[in-house]
Amino acid sequence: MKYKLGTMAVATMMAASPVMADLVFPSLSYRTGPYAAGGIPFADGYADYFTMLNARDGGIGGVMTKVLECETGYNTEKGVECYESTKGEGSLVYQPLSTGITYQLIPKTTADNIPMHTMGYGRTSAANGDVFSHTFNYPANYWNGASGAVNYLLNENGGSLEGKKIALVYHNSAYGKEPIRTLTELSKKHGFEFKEVPVDHPGQEQKSQWLQIRRDKPDYVIMYGWGVMNQVAVQEAANIRFPMENFIGIWWSGSENDVLAAGDAANGYKALTFHGVGDDFPVFDDIKKHVVDAGNAAGAGDQIGTVLYNRGLYAAMLAAEAVKTAQEIHGVADITAAQMRDGMEALSITEEKMAALGLPNFGPSFDVSCANHGGEGYVGVTQWDASAKSWSLISDFAPSDMDVIGALVAEDSAAYAAENNIESSCK
Amino acid sequence: MFYREAGDFNTSYAEDQQTFPIKFDRYRYYVVLFIAIVIIPFVINDYWANSLLLPFLIYAIAALGLNILVGYCGQVSLGTGGFMAVGAYSCYKFMTGVDIWWGGELLFRLPEFNIFFSIIMGGVMTAIVGVLFGLPSLRIKGFYLAVATLAAQFFLVWLFNRVAWFYNYSASGQISAPERELFGVLITGPSTPAWATYLFCLFFTVVCAIVARNMTRGAAGRKWMAIRDMDIAAEIIGVNPLRAKLTAFAVSSFFIGISGALFFAVYLGAVEVGEAFSITKSFLVLFMIIIGGLGSIFGSFAGAAFLVVLPVALKIVGVDWFGWPTDIVAHLQLVVVGGLIVIFLIAEPHGIAQLWRVAKEKLRLWPFPH
Repeated sequence: MKYKLGTMAVATMMAASPVMADLVFPSLSYRTGPYAAGGIPFADGYADYFTMLNARDGGIGGVMTKVLECETGYNTEKGVECYESTKGEGSLVYQPLSTGITYQLIPKTTADNIPMHTMGYGRTSAANGDVFSHTFNYPANYWNGASGAVNYLLNENGGSLEGKKIALVYHNSAYGKEPIRTLTELSKKHGFEFKEVPVDHPGQEQKSQWLQIRRDKPDYVIMYGWGVMNQVAVQEAANIRFPMENFIGIWWSGSENDVLAAGDAANGYKALTFHGVGDDFPVFDDIKKHVVDAGNAAGAGDQIGTVLYNRGLYAAMLAAEAVKTAQEIHGVADITAAQMRDGMEALSITEEKMAALGLPNFGPSFDVSCANHGGEGYVGVTQWDASAKSWSLISDFAPSDMDVIGALVAEDSAAYAAENNIESSCK
Repeated sequence: MFYREAGDFNTSYAEDQQTFPIKFDRYRYYVVLFIAIVIIPFVINDYWANSLLLPFLIYAIAALGLNILVGYCGQVSLGTGGFMAVGAYSCYKFMTGVDIWWGGELLFRLPEFNIFFSIIMGGVMTAIVGVLFGLPSLRIKGFYLAVATLAAQFFLVWLFNRVAWFYNYSASGQISAPERELFGVLITGPSTPAWATYLFCLFFTVVCAIVARNMTRGAAGRKWMAIRDMDIAAEIIGVNPLRAKLTAFAVSSFFIGISGALFFAVYLGAVEVGEAFSITKSFLVLFMIIIGGLGSIFGSFAGAAFLVVLPVALKIVGVDWFGWPTDIVAHLQLVVVGGLIVIFLIAEPHGIAQLWRVAKEKLRLWPFPH
């Protein structure tokens, strides 16, 4: 017995025996810690979609999928531990759901030849696949979000934001600082006044920030928050009677968790999105039949149809589609991480494909290429209805200002390439 | 039976005063060093290096540093996270070339330092900052000093988040270590061999431990301990409290700065100050020295090993062997670590180092009871 335990310990700790019979999707989730409320539904959605594929289709292309979950607690050190302990298990693609961990993993995954998909977070300039060969951030990134919000406001104001005042309430971290450059550029272009209002982690105390907003009276507030910061901000906005329809959150500030706490006062709050909301899609019938009713739902199984659950499901769907693409390209069913990268780079999501998957109009259609790892960057807007307790999509997925963003991406990725001596990877 | 002086004859003062005067103990120490330096580099892989050995070695340096301040000199500090951040950011600035601006113009730019000297500079800058924040310790004591160092923690984190110069004006405010090599072997960056980063950290840990050991048993350490035990009495017998306290702050911060620099450059590769060097880091290192043993070099290592290895071990047992849900295991970790801290404080207030001492005493008598 002692011997057996010992060998098991060695085997698990060395993580030296890759199990190649499955398509392995590591899920660096966080079901604990200050950001658990956001981490749980995403991880559930991610796991449930693969469970459903296994039960309904027998995996992808005949190979079963396996989700390896590892708890990071949104902590970069644990994220590194998780990465090191799962990378030897045949992991195909990493999705850390944390901008901090993403920054750690960008060079590591590139060196280990494993792709990483940071959907709507991470390093925005990773959209330049020429420099970031193994990092993907389709279908939209932070800068698309910033520009999407400004475009939406432009539409509302008949095409001009001249003389308007827009404040950015942001999480004072790598994540929250991302949109500043874009918004500064856009403020020059469209002539609005731009103000930064930082909120320190975790953001439970925002009285002074909202006092500042009350004094400055901005016409619109854009928020880049995550975790408890969102709920507090929505509540504080309600307290100073800031009109909710002029308050727009990024997609990480637009889930049920963020608005329920403020009750009716949150009615009319808006958030950006790059995928559909609600559970009115055919795929949810399959999830119910093959996953929930079979008793295999991940977590407590109570998150189905919430915004972040849908995002996890969407991430899993995109990963599964990339696997199918890779299987077609390389003609093998049991693909490797390097082949997965090729699949992601050749990924093309169309209306027909999504409809066939039971997700009609769930997200924008986009194409990935070697030079463009970010897709076309189409962004939609959702609005919260407090009485119905539901989000609804109030605008179509609309293009963002790629002239401004493209230049910023090129600049930032060129700086990264120079700093790290990276050569162009696209021929 | 073991750990006995019998048959061990010292014929010079140097032999009499060596760190491990008992032969058995000395050989055990050589064996540990031999395994660490000669054997482990050949069997190490990425997982062992990045999940266990690097954090252990780096936290051991931080614990050594804090132990000098808290355990030997009796000055309670909650600023460890902030001081580690100073080490990390100075190391980053020196390894990318410090740029000095005046009135919006680039005055001059230092050449990029070698990674080894960048890390030493991280320690030096932290020592200077540590002395500055140690100045209040001449007037305030105990809890009040803890609060003053807490201010250092929050101020430093705010500073590195606020002033873009420290992170070279990057869009995200993160600092990431570019690839640097020593003797042609990569030490930082993603493609480093596990043995190289391990040996690099091991070198710093061993040197720091030897320096700390010899300082604490020399004149400087005796002064620190005199201040710790009763500062007025120490002053009367001729210990200068200004020099004693400030040297303790300087040496302690130097070690903590080294560990912060290694933590950023070699272990993580990219950090964000609010996340990596928050107040939780200060508490973590404080728990390490409390559990390991205040005022003990061995205790610093034991505490670091305990708090680095325990969560990983619990995770492997819970998730990989028993297949429990990851969130249950993560919560269980908090329960177990918290419970063990309470148990230690009640059952063995002097920490693991005291257990080790008791075990040695027992071994001397073994197999006889008296």
